[in-house]
Amino acid sequence: MIEFIKGALLITGSSFMLLAAIGLLRLPDLLTRMHATTKAAALGVILIMLASAMHFAEVGVVARSFAIIVFILITAPIAAHVIGRAGYFVGSRLWSGTVKDELRPNYDPLTHELKSGLETHENAKRHPRATDPD
Amino acid sequence: MDTVILISQIIMGLTLVLTFVRVVRGPSLPDRVVALELFSTTVVGLVGVYAIQSGVASFLDAAIVIALMGFLAAIGFARFLERGGPRDD
Repeated sequence: MIEFIKGALLITGSSFMLLAAIGLLRLPDLLTRMHATTKAAALGVILIMLASAMHFAEVGVVARSFAIIVFILITAPIAAHVIGRAGYFVGSRLWSGTVKDELRPNYDPLTHELKSGLETHENAKRHPRATDPD
Repeated sequence: MDTVILISQIIMGLTLVLTFVRVVRGPSLPDRVVALELFSTTVVGLVGVYAIQSGVASFLDAAIVIALMGFLAAIGFARFLERGGPRDD
């Protein structure tokens, strides 16, 4: 029984990695490619590490496998966020079918400044209230 | 069990090949960084499968180190991209 579960976990995990690679190859721009690789590859590694934890079934090995799982779960979103941010600032093109780019009207790539559209002189003034601690 | 391990190793080898195609073709540097990150993740999976195949649990330590190096490489590349520097892509 446990052999069957291990085999299923291995095949499913490696198939998810293959899916991530196919998405990386076929999707049109940086952000969609990142969306394919980050999630699918992390899920693949998690399934394979579960299989290895079930195979060895010792406390130390299971702890190490779960350490890898937690590490992947923590670092994959951080790396994706950082690369996506850098890619946008570098000016990588979005896909022509992109529906909405909310940063575009508010971000100035020359001065590297992000505006909310509410920077008027009136809003910049300070309006102290009586209840404020001085 | 040996057949299953062989099949999953073949699938992950195919994954490495497809990822390498993107590394070579990638139109810009961020695309290549994403592909290299998938590369390191796939190698972590391969090392885990090899640990099962050989029965040596110490390979999982190597997998931890590879995952750490991939993450640090991604962070370093992203900082390099944002801070600027000589680029040719």
